[in-house]
Amino acid sequence: MSAIHTLTMPKWGLSMQEGKVNGWLKKLGDTIAVGEEIVEVESEKIAGAVEASVAGVLRRQSAGEGDVLPVGGLLGIVADADVADAEIDAAVADFMANFTPATGDEEDAGPSPEKIEVGGKKLRYLKLGVGGSERGREVGEPMILIHGFGGDLNNWLFNHAALAVDREVYALDLPGHGESSKDVGEGSLGALAAAVTGFMDAVGIESAHLVGHSMGGAVSLTVAAAAPERVRSLTLIASAGLGEDINGAYIDGFVAAGDRRALKPLLTELFADPALVTRQLVDDMLKYKRLEGVGDALRTLAGSLFENGRQATVLRETAARFGKPVLVIWGADDRIIPAAHAQGLTAPVLVEVLPKQGHMLQMEAANEVNRLIGRFLG
Amino acid sequence: MARKITYQQAINEALDQEMARDASVIIMGEDNAGGAGAPGEEDAWGGVLGVTKGLFHKYPGRVLDTPISESGYVGAAVGAACNGLRPVAELMFVDFIGVCFDQIYNQAAKFRYMFGGKAQTPVVIRAMYGAGFRAAAQHSQCLYNMFTHIPGLKVVVPSNPYDAKGLLIQSIRDNDPVIFLEHKVLYTMEGDVPEESYTVPFGEANVVREGDDVTIVAFGRMVNQALLAAAALQKQGIHCEVIDPRTTSPLDEDTILESVEKTGRLVVVDESTPRCSMASDIAGLVAQKAFGALKAPIEPVTAPHVPVPFSDALEDLYVPSPAAVEAAVIRVKEYR
Repeated sequence: MSAIHTLTMPKWGLSMQEGKVNGWLKKLGDTIAVGEEIVEVESEKIAGAVEASVAGVLRRQSAGEGDVLPVGGLLGIVADADVADAEIDAAVADFMANFTPATGDEEDAGPSPEKIEVGGKKLRYLKLGVGGSERGREVGEPMILIHGFGGDLNNWLFNHAALAVDREVYALDLPGHGESSKDVGEGSLGALAAAVTGFMDAVGIESAHLVGHSMGGAVSLTVAAAAPERVRSLTLIASAGLGEDINGAYIDGFVAAGDRRALKPLLTELFADPALVTRQLVDDMLKYKRLEGVGDALRTLAGSLFENGRQATVLRETAARFGKPVLVIWGADDRIIPAAHAQGLTAPVLVEVLPKQGHMLQMEAANEVNRLIGRFLG
Repeated sequence: MARKITYQQAINEALDQEMARDASVIIMGEDNAGGAGAPGEEDAWGGVLGVTKGLFHKYPGRVLDTPISESGYVGAAVGAACNGLRPVAELMFVDFIGVCFDQIYNQAAKFRYMFGGKAQTPVVIRAMYGAGFRAAAQHSQCLYNMFTHIPGLKVVVPSNPYDAKGLLIQSIRDNDPVIFLEHKVLYTMEGDVPEESYTVPFGEANVVREGDDVTIVAFGRMVNQALLAAAALQKQGIHCEVIDPRTTSPLDEDTILESVEKTGRLVVVDESTPRCSMASDIAGLVAQKAFGALKAPIEPVTAPHVPVPFSDALEDLYVPSPAAVEAAVIRVKEYR
C-alpha cells in the first residue's frame, strides 16, 4: 500500500494552540519535493510555512484560506499519484474520527524552560532533544543556541525542535534578557561569554556546537577565543563581531522605545516581511522591556558593544583562525548588520548569503537555515 | 512567562514587591490585617476577599487596620502621602466612596494645583467595583467614570492579571493620587504574570486583538466580554479590533482614534450606567475627532440606567453580555 501522509497544523512554541491558514503555496495536484513549502500558516505570534517531509502529490487541501485549526489539525494530504481517491477519503475520515485537539493543559505543553544558577545569577534555558548517553546510541554533540540583543530563547522557535532531532539542543536567555537575571555586569562580550561557559559547566556540557544570532554570534566568537576546547563548531547568523557597522538608529531606538507606537516600526526593520511583526510579537517585546532592570541592562550592553552605531569589537581573526568548522549565514537585505560583513571570509569558513532575507532570518527563512546547519554538521 | 497566577494574586504580589522595595509603602484599611488587629486574629482576613493576606506578618507595623470610618482613614492616607509615605488605602467597595469623597476629589486631587506644583500626593486608593457578585445595589456599582471626571486623579481599571500587577506597581510609584479599581469577578481570572517586578505605564491602551471591521473599546471586566464576542464574530467573518485603554485617566486617545480611522465603526462596552459614562465620553471623543472616518453610528453597550438589582436573574441581565456586544457589532457592521 502506498503511503498517505497527513499535513498537520504545526506547534510553534509553548503557547501555540491553534493556527490560521494564510494561504496555500501549492495547488491541488502539484508534485511536491521534500523540503518544499506547501502552505503558510500563522500563529498569534508569527507566520511561517509548513514544508513537505515526504515527496508526493498534494491530493487534498482540507483547510481553506482563513481557516483556524487547532495544533495537530488536518491541513491536507500528500500521497503518490497512484493512490486511489477512495483510499485518501478514507484516510481523511479516519483522521477526523480520531483527532482530538489538545486541551491546552500543562501536560500537553511538552518540555518547558528551566532556570539554573550560574555565578549567583539565574539563567533560563530550554532543552530539547536527548544526548547520546540518555539514548544509548550515537547521536550528535550538544548544541547551544544564543540569541541576539534584546532577544530571548523564543527567537529559535522555528529552529530548536528541528535541530534537536539528533542531539540535545539548549536555547539560553543571556543575562539581561528573557527571564534570566537582568544583571549584565559591565556589559562586555567577555561577561556574556563567561555566562555561556558558566552555563555549560552548570548543565555539564564539556563542549558544544555554538549557534549565535547577531550579538549572540559575537558572544559565540568570544567563547571560541577564550575557551576554544569547549567549542566544536561555530554557526554565526547575521552575526555581530564580523565588522564595525551596525544600525545605530535601530539600537538606540530599541533601547529607548517604551510603547507600541515607538517599538513597532523598529521591529519591522528586523524582518524582510513587515507583516511578520504581529501585535503579539510587539506585545511580548514590550512585556520584556517593562521588566525591572531591562532598561539598564540594554543601555549598558548598547553602550559597551554598539556605541554611536559602531561595533566595539571585531573578531574576524577569531573566525578565520579558529581551526574548527565555521558557518556564516546572512540575509542579503539585513538592515541591522550589513551582509557585506560576510564578504572576505574565506575557506575554511563557509559563507551562505540568502537573498531577500533580513536580520531575523533564522525565523523568516527557518527551513533554509535549519537545512544549512544540518548539512554543515553532517 | 509560563507562570500563571490569578488577578488577586497579582495584586498581592505587586503590593508585596513594592513594600519590599520601598519602606515608605504602607497599607491602610478595614480588616486588611483582620479582626481589627486583635491578638490571635491577626491576618485573619486580608481584606474582604483576602487580597492583602500574608502581608501583615511580612511587613510588621506597615499593614494597618483602621476603624470603620472611610472618612477617617482615607483622609489619614492623603495626609500621610503629603508627608512622605506612599499609602495604599483599601476601600472595601467603591460604593463607599460617598463618605470620603471630599478627601479625594476636593483635597488629594487639588494639592498639586493649589500649592503651585510644590505638593505631591502619592496615595493609591484600591477598591472593588462591579456587578456579578449578588451583592446588590450598594456593593456592585461601576463608578470609574466619576473619578475620571476629576482633574488631578489618575484612574486605573485593569482587565487581566498581567496588567493588574504592572499597573498597581506603577500606581504606587506615581506621585499623584491614583484610584485603582479591581473588578471582583476578575479576582479568580488566571493569566501569565512575570515573577519579576515591572510597570505598565498609564495612558497606554492595549490593543488586545487586531481587526479591520469594527473597533470595540471596552473597560475592565468588559474587555473579556468583548473578546468573547470578537471570537464568536470571527467565525462569522467579522474581524473586531478590541482596545483596552487600561486607564480612563489619562486616556490613550490616539490608539482609539487610529483604530476608528481604520475600521470606521465603533462599539464601546462599559459596565457603568449610560449617562455621563466612559461610553458617552469615548463616543464624544470619536464623534469630534474622527467624524470623517465613521461609517455608522457609534453603539454604546452599557448597563441600563437603574441601580444594580439584587435579583440574580435581573443582575445577569443588567451586566453587558458578550451576546449584547455581538449584536451591537453586527448592527454597526450592517448599517448602510
